[in-house]
Formats: sequence, structure tokens, C-alpha cells
Amino acid sequence: MIAAVEARAVSRELPGPVPVTLVRNIDLTVSPGEFVAVTGPSGSGKSSLLYLLGLLDVPTAGTVLIEGRETDTLKPDQLAGLRLARIGFVFQFHFLLPEFTCQANVEIPIRRLGALSDQAARRRAAGLLESLEVSEHGGKYPDQVSGGQRQRVAIARALANDPPLLLADEPTGNLDTRTAHVVFDLFRDLAHSQGRSVVVVTHDTDLASMADRRIHLVDGTIVE
Amino acid sequence: MALPIGVDIAIQHLLHRRRQTLVSLLGVALGVGFFIGISAMMQGFQRDFIARIIDVQPHIIVKDEVRTAPRQPVEWIYGDGAVDLRGLKPREEVRGIRGARNIMATLDEVPGVQVAPALSGNLLLRFGGRDVSVNVTGIDPVRERKVTHIEKDLLSGSLDALYTTSNAIILGEGVAAKAGIRKDDLISAVSPVGVVLKMKVVGIFRSNITLIDNFDTYVLLKKAQVLQNRANVINRLNLRLDDIEQSGPLAERIERQFGYRSEPWQEQSRNVLGIFVIQNGIMYSTVGAILIVSCFGIYNVISTVVFEKTRDIGILKSMGFRPRDIRRIFVLEGLIVGLTGTVLGWLLGWSLIEGLASIHLNMEGFIKSQGFILYRTPRHYIIGAVMAVVSATLAAWVPARRASRLNPVDIVRGAG
Repeated sequence: MIAAVEARAVSRELPGPVPVTLVRNIDLTVSPGEFVAVTGPSGSGKSSLLYLLGLLDVPTAGTVLIEGRETDTLKPDQLAGLRLARIGFVFQFHFLLPEFTCQANVEIPIRRLGALSDQAARRRAAGLLESLEVSEHGGKYPDQVSGGQRQRVAIARALANDPPLLLADEPTGNLDTRTAHVVFDLFRDLAHSQGRSVVVVTHDTDLASMADRRIHLVDGTIVE
Repeated sequence: MALPIGVDIAIQHLLHRRRQTLVSLLGVALGVGFFIGISAMMQGFQRDFIARIIDVQPHIIVKDEVRTAPRQPVEWIYGDGAVDLRGLKPREEVRGIRGARNIMATLDEVPGVQVAPALSGNLLLRFGGRDVSVNVTGIDPVRERKVTHIEKDLLSGSLDALYTTSNAIILGEGVAAKAGIRKDDLISAVSPVGVVLKMKVVGIFRSNITLIDNFDTYVLLKKAQVLQNRANVINRLNLRLDDIEQSGPLAERIERQFGYRSEPWQEQSRNVLGIFVIQNGIMYSTVGAILIVSCFGIYNVISTVVFEKTRDIGILKSMGFRPRDIRRIFVLEGLIVGLTGTVLGWLLGWSLIEGLASIHLNMEGFIKSQGFILYRTPRHYIIGAVMAVVSATLAAWVPARRASRLNPVDIVRGAG
């Protein structure tokens, strides 16, 4: 089976008078339908690893493969294309565009990809909001809904183009414990029932235990 | 059908900064509007003036002058030598064009060219105790009517009356007004050589060019020669061309062939045309300044949007928007401001023109007019639009490029 995402000896170093190593020589494979939690202390390189896996950042050594395809030779536009169609991102902050309604926010990646008609895009966005139980808030603006609801809308947006890989960076950092558990349940469901690969960065070991596999990082290196 | 997502985002950004967007729009609209209004006014005046002088004045005047003093024989022989002539006394030449009739006959052969002889000089008109100094031009009416539009400009009388009435004179409207002279009045004309004639006013003309109407008079060529005491002398040949564009080249050819100074209409009106160049420079500088100010406004708005929307740019990039998609969004914002401002500016410019057209006032400057002379042309609207859209887009380009270069990792790291 081809891995949804694979890191081969990936390192990321920030250049400067005193170079800083964010992640060091990481090998990681995430299979389709697998739910992986990345934990570690602050500054251990969790988010850096996630940005590398999500092609937002480029490794200084090693390579990242998306569905078996090496990405180190791809041009920025091609990387953007892969992010658009094959990867969904969820961040600690919802990052919903405040000028657009929740429904319109979910439609943005669909419209950018341009694979669906306007009507089909609206239907798909509405369906995603419904599956995430926020359909009644589709017509509202992000500042008119709660933090948990915003994060669900952000997850719906990440799933808008039906990506096989979902990456989440501290997605529950701004949520209360109950809502955080609901969101993690949702991720587990996305992995197990929809076959998506989900990689979630969290510092919460309790939530991390809900994942199929847990990776612990210290000083940019996987220690367990 | 939904707008492309980039256009939608650009519009939403502008709508959420309504006040600043409005100020930028007004800047562009004012620039475009005033450009159209002022251009219509200034070009209207300039084109009218040029049309009138082309209409009224000969297209080329051959004068009994030479541009440079004739070279002395020693200068011909020792062209490269260190020749320095001092205390040279030039030969007294009889003024007038030598062989004018032959030159006229030659020019008559040139297709599309009409030529008329003239003798011009000064005259003092005396009427009712008032003296008016004027220019007098002796003309051959048969030829003159083919060269200038003096006949068309006559308010009263006729050109042929110069033949049928002895000692007849035609006056400019301003000359007549200055001395209170009316048609059929008998006036005294005193020439610089002391010839005094009783002359009858057989016509009054109005060219609407103040200088001409206030100082010019016409008599028969023979009568001018009597007044100047210069029998058979012609000191000007006036030419009219079917193709006005040929004025310059033909004048050059005539001067080369006959040696006499030949001035095309552009040279005759060089002073005024020079003022027009300065006027246009001032106009374009002013409108340019307005547009530059509005560009700063647009730059400011787009820069602020880029700054405020840094997080959105980060998430858009993480979603798969390419740098050029991001750049397009912000350039589009400048373009939208430029285009919308242009449309508003068109309306403003059109209103300005129509407003100016409705004002009635008697003006007397270079030319006489009962109101603003306006030149309406789509060209001004197109130039205004191109200037506005290009400058607005350029103003947006710099912040747009900065936005496209933002690193999404830096943004999402800093945004938590």
C-alpha cells in the first residue's frame, strides 16, 4: 500500500550565524486511514515536521513523498497544486476569512481548484458543514459563531477538496476539553471511516492517546 | 455564476475598507475627471485658435526679408580662413520682393497652391479727432479671396467694393470700434511717408482673432503702393495650400529656391503655439500630480490590506493558492479601484464639460468667444482611463508582490 505521506531522512535547518535545527533526520510513514498524533515539548519541532509533511516548508535534507511521489524536485506552483488537491490543513487558530460566511469559507478551496460547478461546490460545502454538525451556521460570519464551531468550519474547509491527507497543528489549543475531545473523535472518524490519513500535532497526551499511533519528538528527533 | 475566487476576495477586501477605498476612488475619479474637463477646455481653445488662424491667415507668407545677412565675397573665397570684417556698411536695398510676379507665376504652377500678392505697412487712420494706428495690407481681391477668408469674415460690405469704390478701405471690427467708424464713413489715412488720402470704409470684418480685428485693414494693392509711395512693389506673397501639412516643406523649398524668408503658419504663430506647449505641460503635470496622489492612496489602501490580511494570505497559501494567485488578488484590488475610479471620473469629466458648455460669457483674449470652446473626443476618455488604470495597477503591484512573497510558515507560526 502506498503511504499517504512519507518522510525520508528529513531535516530542516534554519540558516544564520548560528544555524538552528528544527527537525533532524526524521523517517516517518503514514498509511491511508491512519490517525497519528505528534507530541513533544514546546520547541521540539512538532509543527516544523507538520509543515514539512504538508509541503508548506522545504526540508534542507531528505525528502517528503506524497502518495509515493517525491516532492523535492517540484516547483513552488506544483507544491501549491498538491496542497490544494491532496492535503488539508487545520491550525490552532481557525484562520477563516472574516469577510466570507462559514459556507463561503468552505467553498474557497473548491472554487480555487475549479473541479466542481458553482452549484456542486455549494452542495459539497453544505454537505461538509452538515457532516460536522454546523450546517445551521453556514450563513453566519466567523465572528458570529463559537470557537468550537469555527474550528469545525475550518476542518470542513480543510476537507473541501476531499484530500487523502489531513494535517492539524494544535487544532484544539483554543478549545475547551469537551470540544477538544469532540474534535479528536472527528479526526479518528475521518481516518477510520473515510480512509484519510490524519496527522495531528498536540501537546495534550490525553488527546494523543486517542490516535492509532503516537510519535514523540524531542529536539527535532523522534524518540518514541 | 459565481465570480472567480480571486476577484471575490479582492472585492470583499475593498468592501471591508469602505472609507479608504472611497478616498482612493475619489482620487482616481478627480484625476480622470479633471483631465477630461481641462483637456476639453484647453484643446478646444487651442484647436479653435489653430483652425481660425489656418482659416484666416495665409498658410505660408513669403516676405521681402532674408534670414541671414548675405556673405561677403571674402567670406565666400576664404570660407575656412580667419576672416573678421569690421565697420562693414551693408548695401541699401530697395525693400520688396524682386521678381515677385515671376515667383507668383512659378508658384501658380504648383498644384494645390493659391498665391496672392500683398504690400503691407503701417497707416494712421484719423476720424472724428481720433487717431488709430493700424496695419494696412494692399491686396488683389480676386487672388486674395482664394488665399484668406477675409471675404467670409466681412460683417458688412464686400471685397469687390475695393475695386468699385475709389480709395476704399476695409477695417477690422476692433479698429472701427476704437475710432467709432462705421461702414461708408469717410476717414483720413496718413502713411509713414506722408501721403494723405481720404478713404471710404467699404467693409468691416471680424475674424474673431483679437490681434487681427484690432489692428488690420485692407486696401487695394495699387492703393497701398500709392500710400507707401512704392510703385509696383510687393513685399509679401500669401499662399494657401489644399494640404495644410505641406506648409512646412513647401515653405522650405520656396526659401531655398528664391532666397526670401518663407514662413509657414506654424512659424507665424510660433509664440502662441509655444504657449500651448507650456499650457499642455502644466495641464499634464497637474493631472499627473493628482493621479500620483491618488496612487499613493491606492498604495496605502493595498499596503494596509496586505498588512491586515497577512494571516489570510498565510492560510490561502496553505490551501494551495500560488504566489501569483495572491499577487493577482491585490493587483486586482488596484485594478478595481482604477476601473471604478475611471468610470466615476468619466461621469465627472462629462459633467464638467457640460457644465462649462452651459456657461455664457464674453471672452476676449487671443480669440473672441461667447463661452468656453470645448473639444469633445473619446480620446480624452481613453487616455484618462489608461493613465488611471495603469497607475492604479502599478500602485497596487508593490504591496501585491510583497504579499505574494510572504512565507506561510512564518505567518501561521506567528499567528497562534
